[in-house]
Amino acid sequence: MNQVIEKACSFGEAGHCGCDIRSDVRVRIEPRERGGIETEIESRVKAYYGEAIRRQTEEVLESLGVRHARIAVSDEGALPFVISARIEAAARRAGLGEGTRVLPDRIRFPQPSARDRMRRSRLYVPGSEPKYFINAGLHGADGIILDLEDSVHPNEKDAARLLVRNALRAVDFLDCERMVRINQIPMGLEDLDEIIPESPDLILIPKVESADQIVQADQRIAEINGNYGLNRPVWLMPILESALGIENAFEIATASKQIVALTIGLEDYTADLGVVKTLTGSESLYARQRVVNAARAACVQAIDSVFGDVGDMDGLRAWGGNSRALGFEGMGCVHPSQIAVIHEAFAPTAAEIEKARKIVAAYNDAQDKGLGVVSLGSKMIDPPVVQRALKLMARARVMNLLTE
Amino acid sequence: MPTLEKQDLIANAAGRIVPETVNGRPQTAYMGAGKYQPMGRKAAPPIRTAADYPANGDKRVENLESALRKCGLRDGMVISTHHHLRDGDRVALMALEAASLIGAKDLMWFPSASFPSQKSAIALMEAGVIDHVEGSMNGPLGDYCTQGRMRGMGVLRSHGGRWQAIQDGEVHIDIAVIAAPTADPFGNCDGSHGKSACGSLGFALADSIYADHVIAVTDNLVPFPCVPWQIQGNHVDYVVEVDSIGDPGKIVSGTTQITRSPDRLRIAEFIARFLRDAGIMRNGFSFQAGSGGIALAFVRYLKQMMKEAGVKARFVRGGSTKYLVELLEEGLTDYILDGQTFDLDGVRSIASNPRHLATSPFTSYNYHGKGNFASMVDAVILGATEVDTNFNANVVTHSDGRLLHGIGGWQNCLASGCTILAVPSFRDRIPVIVDEVTTLCGPGELIDVVATERGIAINPRRKDLIDAVKGSSLPIRPIGEIKQEVERICGGKPRRPQRSDRPVAIVKWVDGTVLDTVWKVG
Repeated sequence: MNQVIEKACSFGEAGHCGCDIRSDVRVRIEPRERGGIETEIESRVKAYYGEAIRRQTEEVLESLGVRHARIAVSDEGALPFVISARIEAAARRAGLGEGTRVLPDRIRFPQPSARDRMRRSRLYVPGSEPKYFINAGLHGADGIILDLEDSVHPNEKDAARLLVRNALRAVDFLDCERMVRINQIPMGLEDLDEIIPESPDLILIPKVESADQIVQADQRIAEINGNYGLNRPVWLMPILESALGIENAFEIATASKQIVALTIGLEDYTADLGVVKTLTGSESLYARQRVVNAARAACVQAIDSVFGDVGDMDGLRAWGGNSRALGFEGMGCVHPSQIAVIHEAFAPTAAEIEKARKIVAAYNDAQDKGLGVVSLGSKMIDPPVVQRALKLMARARVMNLLTE
Repeated sequence: MPTLEKQDLIANAAGRIVPETVNGRPQTAYMGAGKYQPMGRKAAPPIRTAADYPANGDKRVENLESALRKCGLRDGMVISTHHHLRDGDRVALMALEAASLIGAKDLMWFPSASFPSQKSAIALMEAGVIDHVEGSMNGPLGDYCTQGRMRGMGVLRSHGGRWQAIQDGEVHIDIAVIAAPTADPFGNCDGSHGKSACGSLGFALADSIYADHVIAVTDNLVPFPCVPWQIQGNHVDYVVEVDSIGDPGKIVSGTTQITRSPDRLRIAEFIARFLRDAGIMRNGFSFQAGSGGIALAFVRYLKQMMKEAGVKARFVRGGSTKYLVELLEEGLTDYILDGQTFDLDGVRSIASNPRHLATSPFTSYNYHGKGNFASMVDAVILGATEVDTNFNANVVTHSDGRLLHGIGGWQNCLASGCTILAVPSFRDRIPVIVDEVTTLCGPGELIDVVATERGIAINPRRKDLIDAVKGSSLPIRPIGEIKQEVERICGGKPRRPQRSDRPVAIVKWVDGTVLDTVWKVG
């Protein structure tokens, strides 16, 4: 065992290569006492970027303070922000560059996201699969989740953190809200140390069961922001994934003023209950209604789980329609092809819009005439009906569904 | 061989440096699209007499070697084969190996396309049996050529250009060897039936008409008459029966899969929306898309839009796949005009549906004819390895100069009403939109739209298209803007690999002039 540990310290490796790997790079760093830096580069884009990769490798090592080492780079067309993250991960695994962050240039810094912005769709991108990062923002999701939790192998957490950190700086996610799903608290606190300085818009906290977990995350974020002099808001979205989490839903939803939405993870929840997750979702109906109710009570958005079967668009459409009917405002996506279907499912129908338009018109008419009672045709319209219609119209306007 | 010694090079009308002589034949440099005026008369094979052929119509000989001997195989001859069996073909190598056994040397192999499974042709080149290949070279053969190891120079032609070269007498075929999924002893051949059924035999049609000698090789001999006779026995000298002409699993795929890549799906959807929003998708329209993942997804998206709009096409051009067959069977197109058949649904359809018709490079593509179908197609979706900001495109070489693909019908399809290149904006880290293409295969004046996952660029020459999509929600962007964005993502412009000054192959334009040169790599 001792021998293994000793060996593990003698070199560091990170990333992936091989003929079925794309847009990633495997870096091996072997520290040595003297002899300077010796770099060996293999790349499928060597003819075009071989020199650029060599230069970048040397620059990153210099920033990390590495002076004597053998470096082997096996590149499968990784983009610069990925190469940099992989070198840094390999160096750290070799026990080098402690405490130094080598950051890629920051591109356009998007506007901070609004507390109540639309969150119909959030696309999960595995934090250890850089090939999915670069075009993730193109597909029109309301949010992109760079995931550090379930899609990342326990041995890859450290490297994924660096990739996600670099992606937040170097990748243009266009109009998508930039979300990161950290690991469960307390492990997730380490994720925050790397991620928060790059100002993600929102942090998803998984497997939350108590308000205390939220408070811990909230405090750590405030502390890091303070250290870096940052004042952009970082919103929180707790994920409830157990019976206990559901029982504490309201307490969790109100644990921090940074919370903007509450969501549910149905794979873990149904596993906790020991029931089978079905297409109709009747086994989780109570939990989902509980989430909607707690979220509403806490004045935050209620967001549904993901629909896992990428091939079943009809199933997704039905789930989304049902989800909207329950009071959810959005759900997760595991493939970009789900985005459009979800947006359609969460959009008010033409008939609903038409009805709301008439109610709002009647309401405005009554206001103009100074009438306390709103009526449409022979029907009296109660104030909550007017409120619902106004809300629906506002939502339809944000979704560009109104032809005015 | 003298051909690869010091070359006389000149610049053609596209500014590309091309050799004046190739494999001992003087060449005409590209003069611009539609500028070269051919003269003279078509080539023709010698006149034969029925007295020299069996009156009972039985032209069978025992094996391919005897057939080649009877054709008078000699050193330096041109042997042609065809790729309708694609990567499953066994006949081309069978013929070349039989020629090797006879002791022939310095042959020119003239395939309509070559495939990776034919890489043992390299051994025949090393042994001096084959001097050089005129036809597409990819994979191992492409590497062999671009490494400068082939003795003669490669000549790359489009499907239509191959017909043109044969018809105009640029290439004189001594012996054509035609793989026939079904044939009769007289030599009538059909591709749509038999255990090795592949659909159309169009690629072999020119060879059957113009070659001095024609051998049909079949693994499904039927008594006269073999119908439909896609190849007429009246052109055929000998018929050889073999156990197998190809590996059915590689001739057609069982089911063609639509891509699941989100970026490719996005490109496919963009193109379908473009056809709709530009008003190209209208009653009686036509289109052509290939068999790649983007093309298949495009057909699926377009089909949905056609249904929603109640629009029906007059014809669609194959390569046919399950998705085109669905359009035909659901009444969304009147006809499939098919150049090759890619999957089992296509093969079933062409054999049974009278509205699914086999075409040939003559009807579809030949530029030296009285018109062709390609220019009557409203829109075509093609791939490319590179495209520059003037819309000039490359389809044969990678940016490192290595031969990757054949031209296929690509150049011919540029004649369509709206030519759309469907390309990712970068592959691995390599940008697809470049300052200058490595090899020019298609002049930018014929390429109208470049569709990438980051937006659609319309050629500024096509003001009509630009106007037609005004008000569309599609991301229409200048090509230079997409290029800059991708260069930023990729960490700067890629370095242009050094090329040597030794030509190893040329790219012909559809009119037989020399459009560009492929240079030795490394």
